[in-house]
Formats: sequence, C-alpha cells, structure tokens
Amino acid sequence: MTDLTKLTAAETARLIRDGEVSAVDVAQAHFDRIAKVDDRIHAFLHLDTEGALGAARRVDEKRAAGEELGPLAGVPLALKDVLAMKDVPTTCGSKILEGWRPPYDATVVQRLRDADLVILGKTNMDEFAMGSSTENSAYGPTRNPWDTDRIPGGSGGGSAASVAAYQAPLAIGTDTGGSIRQPAAVTGTVGVKPTYGGVSRYGLVAFSSSLDQVGPCARTVLDAALLHSVIAGHDPFDSTSIDQPVPPVVEAARAADVRGLRVGVVKELGGEGFQPGVEQRFNEAVALLTELGAEVVEVSCPHFVYGLPAYYLIAPSECSSNLARFDAMRYGLRVGDDGIRSAEEVMSLTREAGFGAEVKRRIMIGAYALSSGYYEAYYGQAQKVRTLITRDFARAFEQVDVLVSPTTPTTAFRIGERVDDPLAMYKADLCTIPSNLAGNASASFPCGLSPDDGLPVGLHVMAPVMADDRLYRVGAALEAASVQRWGHPLLEEAPEL
Amino acid sequence: MPAISRDEVAHLARLARIDLSDDELNHLAPQLDVILQSVAQVSEVAAQDIPPTSHPLPLTNVFRQDEIRPCLSAEEALAGAPIVDGAQAVEDERFRVPRILGEEA
Amino acid sequence: MSTPAATVPDLLDYDEVLERFDPVLGLEVHVELNTLTKMFCGCPTEFGAPPNSQVCPICLGMPGSLPVVNGKAVESAIRIGLALGCDIAEWCRFARKNYFYPDMPKNFQISQYDEPIAISGEVELEVEGQTFKIGIERAHMEEDTGKSTHVGVTGRIHGAEYSIVDYNRAGIPLIEIVTKPIEGTGALAPQVARAYVAHLRDLMRALDVSDVRMEQGSLRCDANVSLRPLGETAYGLRTETKNVNSLRSVERAVRYEMCRQGALLAAGGKVMQETRHWHEDTGITTPGRSKEQAEDYRYFPEPDLVPVAPSRKWVEELGTTLPEPPAQHRKRLFEAWGFTEMEFRDVIGAGALLLVEATVAAGATPAAARKWWLGELARRAKETEVELDALSITPAQVAEIQALVDAGKINDKLAREVFDGVLAGEGSPEEVVAARGLAVVSDDSALGAAVDRAIEANPDVAEKIRGGKVAAAGALIGAVMKEMRGQADAGRVRELILERLGAE
Ligand SMILES: [Zn+2]
Repeated sequence: MTDLTKLTAAETARLIRDGEVSAVDVAQAHFDRIAKVDDRIHAFLHLDTEGALGAARRVDEKRAAGEELGPLAGVPLALKDVLAMKDVPTTCGSKILEGWRPPYDATVVQRLRDADLVILGKTNMDEFAMGSSTENSAYGPTRNPWDTDRIPGGSGGGSAASVAAYQAPLAIGTDTGGSIRQPAAVTGTVGVKPTYGGVSRYGLVAFSSSLDQVGPCARTVLDAALLHSVIAGHDPFDSTSIDQPVPPVVEAARAADVRGLRVGVVKELGGEGFQPGVEQRFNEAVALLTELGAEVVEVSCPHFVYGLPAYYLIAPSECSSNLARFDAMRYGLRVGDDGIRSAEEVMSLTREAGFGAEVKRRIMIGAYALSSGYYEAYYGQAQKVRTLITRDFARAFEQVDVLVSPTTPTTAFRIGERVDDPLAMYKADLCTIPSNLAGNASASFPCGLSPDDGLPVGLHVMAPVMADDRLYRVGAALEAASVQRWGHPLLEEAPEL
Repeated sequence: MPAISRDEVAHLARLARIDLSDDELNHLAPQLDVILQSVAQVSEVAAQDIPPTSHPLPLTNVFRQDEIRPCLSAEEALAGAPIVDGAQAVEDERFRVPRILGEEA
Repeated sequence: MSTPAATVPDLLDYDEVLERFDPVLGLEVHVELNTLTKMFCGCPTEFGAPPNSQVCPICLGMPGSLPVVNGKAVESAIRIGLALGCDIAEWCRFARKNYFYPDMPKNFQISQYDEPIAISGEVELEVEGQTFKIGIERAHMEEDTGKSTHVGVTGRIHGAEYSIVDYNRAGIPLIEIVTKPIEGTGALAPQVARAYVAHLRDLMRALDVSDVRMEQGSLRCDANVSLRPLGETAYGLRTETKNVNSLRSVERAVRYEMCRQGALLAAGGKVMQETRHWHEDTGITTPGRSKEQAEDYRYFPEPDLVPVAPSRKWVEELGTTLPEPPAQHRKRLFEAWGFTEMEFRDVIGAGALLLVEATVAAGATPAAARKWWLGELARRAKETEVELDALSITPAQVAEIQALVDAGKINDKLAREVFDGVLAGEGSPEEVVAARGLAVVSDDSALGAAVDRAIEANPDVAEKIRGGKVAAAGALIGAVMKEMRGQADAGRVRELILERLGAE
C-alpha cells in the first residue's frame, strides 16, 4: 500500500476526490507519522487531532454526498503557531501567550477551512517569528530532518521541518525577513513569500506589520501554488490587502516554462561570506535555467547590502509597538499580581518573565530607534534605505523578469552555534530581506545539496509586485529539470527518520 | 564610544515595561551596543532628498462602511483573561487588573 | 509620587490675578463621533451597553487583529474640519502613539501626529458683546480608550485596591480639536473658554456628527492655562486640566487655575508643567499622573493602515453639506423671532438657542419656547446642576405642553406639574396629564357649583362686581381655582362669574 505521507498534496487531493482513499485515513496516517518522528523533530507545538479528524470526516461526507471537492480538499496541513485559530492554543512560540485560545479565526485559517484543508496542528517557531533558527522558541528548538543536530531555519522552522519530515504535505509559514524562504532552503523544501498584500494578514500575530506576509510551504512547486491560490486574494479586514485578482500561480506552476524569461543574477548577493558549496549549487541552478531557455544576465542592486541594517531597525521598531499589547491585562500570562503591586509593575514582571532574550533585544532596539532624538537617525534613515532598495528592484525589473540569488549564504548551521551572536544570526537573512522591504514576491526552491556538507541549498527567486506567477514558472521548470537530473526529488536523499 | 550606555538600556527597559535583572542588563547592554553600531550603517546612504517608505505598497483610502458587525459576547471577550490565584481575573463582566498608578477613586 | 505638600493651595483673588497677569489658554476638545460603529471595527458605539458587550478582537487589541478605517468617521472629520474653517490635508496618515495604560488594549493609540486631516482654522465667538477670534491649530482623528473603574476596599490589606476595565468605549472614533494659544481674553478668559466649548458643541450638533453630551463624555475638554506677567510676550508654564465635564466646569476650572497659578507666581513660586484633574464637587484641581519626564510616545506611521488622501471632489461635496455658519444662523433667528436684543442674548447665554429653535420648529411660538426654557426649565437645570440640554425633556415635548396650554387642556400651573412628570420619566406630556389626572375642569356644572359657592362665601366681593367693578373678579377666580386645586380653566371661571353676577 502507498505511504500516504509520501504523496504530494495534489496527488492526495486527487485520490480523495476519486474515492481511492478517505480523508480520515490520510489525516490519521499523518498523525501516525507525527507520533513516530516528532519527538526527534519537534515541529509541532500543538496537535488538533479532534478538529482535524472532524474536518477530514466532513470531506469524506461531502464526497459521499456527491458534492464537488476543491483542489486541496482533505489535504493535511501544518499551521505556523503565529496564526489565530479559533479555540485552538496560539502561542507564537512564547510563554507570554501560553494558554491563550483566540476567539476568532485568521482570514487564512478561514480560507483553509472553506477549502476543506485539514489543519493538523500548530507548528513551532522562533518566539513571535524573531529568529532564523527556531531556537528562540520558548518551547524548545525544532530540528532539521536532514541532520537533527542542525537548525531547520527560522522563524518558521516548524512548518518547514514538518513538510520535510513528511508530517504534512503542506504548511503555512509567515515571512518578515525570510522566515518562509530560509527554512525552505535549509530543509530542501519549497517556500514562497507572496507579494506583500497578496495574502491577508488578518489573524497573523504581527511581528513587523509592514513586512509580514503569509505564504505556502510544500515539497513541490505545484503544491505550493495550489496552496497559494487557496489563501491569497483580497480581504476587507486587512487594509493593506491588494484588491486585485490573484496572479495565475497554478497555471505558471503547471507551465514550468522559462523559455525567453530574462533572469538577473544579483551581483551583490554572493562572494564573501557565502559558503562555496552554496555558490556552486546556485551557479549550477542558474546554468540549468540557461539550458532551459532563460536569458541570464548579471544585475547590480547596490543598496541591497543596506537591507540588513535597515531591516534590523524597521522590524524591531514595529515589533516594539506590536508587542506592547502583551501586558498581562486581558489575556495570556500574568506574573506578580499579589494584590499590592501596581498594574505597571505586573506588566513589567510579566514581560520580563514571558519574553525570551531575542524578543527583549528587539523590543529595546525598536524603542530606541523610535525615541525622540533618535527617530531620524535610525528609523527615518532606515525608511529611506527602504526607498533605495525599492528603486533598485524597479531598475532591475526594467531589465529582467526575475532576480535570483542563493536563498541563504550558508547551509543549516548547528543548533547553538549562533545563539549568542545576534549579528551572525541576522546574516542568515541577507538575501531574503530586500523583498520584504520592497514588498515584492520571492521564493526559495531546492537546488541540490552542498558538496561540502551534504545539506540542502536553496535558489532564491525574486519577482515584481503581483508577479508571483513568475516565481512558479522558474521554480517548476527548475524542479522538473532537477528531478530528471537527480532521478528523484531532493528530499528522498534525506536520511530516514 | 558605545552607541548606548547601560543606563540607557535600563531606561529603554523601563519604557518597554520589561523588568530586566542586573545580570540581563549586563549581558544585553553590550549586545545592543554592537547591534546599534552595526545598523547605524543606514546613515551612510540615505540622503536628504530620498523620501521615506513607510508602506511597501502605494495604497490610499481604504475605508470600511459604517455597518455594525457581530461583537464577541462578554463571555467570549473575557474568556482569555489571565489566571490569578487559580481563577480568571474577571469581575462584574470586566477585566480585573492591578491598581493603576495615578488613578483616583 | 505626589508631592508631600498635599495641602489646599492658596488662591489669588481674581481681580488681583488680572492686575498682574495675562492669561493664555489652549483648549483641546475631544468629540466622540456618532457613527454607528467604532473607528476601526464594526462594533456598535451605543452608550450605556452592558460592560464588554460591544467589543471584538480588533477593539480588544487581540493578537493578529487589524484595524480598518470607518469611512463615515473620515467624512465626519472632514466636515468638522471644513466647519472650523480648516484646510483639509490632501494626504495624511495615522500614527501610533505608544504608551502603556491598562485601558488601552494595544498599549498604543491609533491617532494622527504630524499629518492631521485638518489644519489652520478659525472660529469667531461673541462674549459679552466682544468678538474673539479663536485660531484652530488642527483637528485629527483618533480612537477612544476603554474605561477603568477604581475599586478600593477599605480595611483589607490583601487585594485592597484594583481596577476593573470595560472596553466598550475602546475604539470609538474621536476628533481632537486643538486651538492655537488664545491670547487677549483678559478677565473674560473663563467665559471665552466656556463660549468656545459651547460653540463647538452647537457646531457638532448642527453637523450631526456627535451627540455632544458632556455628561456622557462624548464631548470632553482639556483646558491648558498659563499666566504671564502683563506686558510679557513669552508664555508661562502651563497646566493641562482634564476631566472638565460641563460648560460650567470649563469656566470654573479656568478661573480656578488662574487664581491658583496667580497665587504661586505672586509668591515667587513656579508653576509645574503638569496634568491636573478637575473636581466638579469641590471645585478645585489636583495634580494628575506624575510625569518624572516628558512622555516619549515614539510616534511612527501606523503600518496597518494606508494613508488617507481625500479627493478634492469629495471635500467639495462635503463642503456643500455644512450647516449654516453660527453667526448667520443667529442673525436669521434673531430676525425671525422678534426678541429684543437683551432677550435674544439671554437665550444664547443660557445655551438655549438650539433648544428654543427646535421647540419653535415643533410648533410653539418663540415667546412660549423662550419662556419655558429660560424660566421653568432653566430653574430645574440649575437645581439639579445639569446643562439645559441634559434635562430629560425634548424640545418637541416642550412644544407639546405648550400646545396643551393653548388648547385649554391645562394651564400654566398644571404645565409645571406636567414638566415634573416628563422629567421624572413618566412618559409623554399627554401620558403625564392622563396619569396624574391633570386636565383642567371645563365641565360647566362642576365649575358652576364651585362658582356659586365662591359667590356665596364672598358676598361683598360679589356685590362690587355686580356694581360694575369687574376687576374684583380676580378674588373670586382665585377662590374657585383654589377649590378646584388649580385644575380649572381660569378664563372659563371668569366668564361664569361675570355671567352669574350679570356683569359684562
Ligand atoms: Zn470591535
């Protein structure tokens, strides 16, 4: 019998539609897989077994009743714990939200439910999505299925690892500076950050509101596109949501055609600080795209190098404000309320106890950058850099259709390696940050294993605002050619768990 | 010269309502200093005539109709209230919070 | 925390203040809009709902929730801006004002900072025959906070003090209107402050953008007051007095602060730049939240909302919906009502202009409307220490009572009892008349019997009337009215007396 956890989402949905398997069996197979491997991976913070099996049962009932099923009906999915799901614990990887059960669904969750996906549970993440390794989770790190001594990337390490470890064929991530793409790269999976405003942020617990974006994680490009089209589209509950049709991502993934596509290699995203094995695989991927008919040129984006410092001012500034609401008054943790201490003291004690070191660091950097007297030099300047980076993109997209770079400078590093060196940790997001600052679409696709350590490398593709379909054209073409070359999908080279 | 002193970090912690321990302050202050020195690079490039970008997309005038939508019930609203001494900090359909400084009876 | 010298401060005599100092005012008025829903979510804004029953994830600031601007609130903001003579920004943004306070669910308030929707306006006021031009600095949009109630339990140490918070008010749209420094008012400073707030109240009502009930907090005034020695041009240090919840309080609080600051300065002391609270009952201000240093609100553009860029066409369209300017409005009413200047000024002074206008619109004559609002009702308002318009009677009801008088169903004396009933919430005037059995007796047989008894009891008076001294009938009318306990139509009684005594 086929291992139901090894199927793609598209295949799974087809089998369910055709009545060859039941959605309940599919869900159960994934819960079994989770039970078998998650003590070593720790991708999940919470499993909603009852809710998932109920949703699966409804899919089976719909099918039995002859109702039409959507393209992903019955497919299991892992949800990053930063999205509000009604009555299901939502912690954002933080102690301060322990026990909180939102009284509402995020728009994305609502759309997943409407499309009959089966939400297995909530995945681990760096606390409030701040981090590049998932080590900042208050509930312990997630491990990389390729090497459990290494990080699965972050902040959405749980989502990427769950997909890579066959615990779910699909996952939802969020990306503020690379939190979907960097984990995808280091786990050998597909991760897409849609255009800012392409997917609703309503119900996404904000880290940095002007940068955050929800997106799909999957093992194949088509699966990612199918999920993308389910969650994307205008939402009147998000003022920054774009009121335009969703780009034709599924068609692009099916077309898998890069003939005539102009591809720009970003000169500034490579060289010093990049692992040689990463650069080698990246160059091979670019060569493959040329073979497939793309026109490759080198492009300069001179301000991208300033993306990192700008990001580490803008994101902390917004987070210092966004996270102010965690004050022990209305929900979550409350520490030190002895009937004598003031509200102010209880707030401070709770935030001290409830937030981890990285969150505190960023809140304070943000408070500093927004302070009167420093605003212009820090936050104001960072916003100008943002303009410069947006202009770099605009100029580049006059010459080419997409830009490419490695997703990350290195492959997955070891757990603990960069914990106390914030600057080294921040460098993991060097290539991914510019797209968050400019709001354009980008993605990471597997492009092989680094010859120096045998770990996955990601190809980073960047497309203009609302041209998300171009990502899928590149990703799908690369995937088809690579799988043909390798003889199997990259993940099959991962060690058995 | 450090970008930020230990005292300033202590002030920021108060501003951000985080009751940092002395050990944490000692640990955090030099880290914040390194980070701030590093991010200060932004001042190298951003010239006077560059407009700041606060929103990645050029949207304006996103409004909603003045139409009433269903609320949460008081019970739902209060359901997540923090637990104090084993019970939810709720009284008289309101959130019960510690005394507020400067507030008068 | 507070200064140890918690003694009652000295006050300088008001005239002495003015001999030495020149007051400068700055008024910040918050107007709660009467939109159906809140500023950023679809929760209703109705006053007085059960606690935490008009809340949702957005106005509770729950993780993940996002604001969406109420278009109607923006429309109201623009109309207010236009009515204040302001320029409407072609492009403006919301900003976050960051500070921690338990009644503020997100620990930041969505407000506007350096890019308000309306700037640079002016309003003209008339106070005691003098005209004052009040410059408007800005009007901006923001959201209200929740409401915390302090609970103090005496005699217990553990859990002795805490607060309970209701977030129904959190997120209700507010327009904050800020004046430029108001100078040159001299002795009239308190009255100018009052007149300004009254003017805004009338304007908001005419625009139909707010309920402007000061006692319910839908119009709130923070009064900045400073003194400077006569002849100086630099401003003195100011205090900001909050919690000023009635027109009368605005006047009293400004006057109080002038006298308090005057005493401090006269004694060679300094005014602390601080927030103070007005106490309606004791008529004093006390220091509010201590501010060790100026708050650093760390304003930055609200990333969850996009800029507001009202098209000129929209602004022009809204400009056509503005009510008549107040000065023109007053002129028109003055001409229409035929009051003397004195009478008309009294109406304005009593804050009864719109009430009288509405009563006239409901059918009463201007004289009758004026009589009730400035007489009977003004007296009751004063007794209960509320503003006239806070009385629980509508202009339509006043007009209805007058109509009952005109129809002879009740007389003026009974009308006062009807006012009692309506104000006590017993129902409409008709219902009160019915329930209290107040209709005048116009049944001639009952009246006739009473008249006969009165004539019998007062033969000498009757004789005089027979002899042609008709004026003496008053005494008999009084006796009949007394017997009928006032519930008789005095005109009819007079007719019956004259008829029976053969006088004309
Ligand atoms: Zn609400």
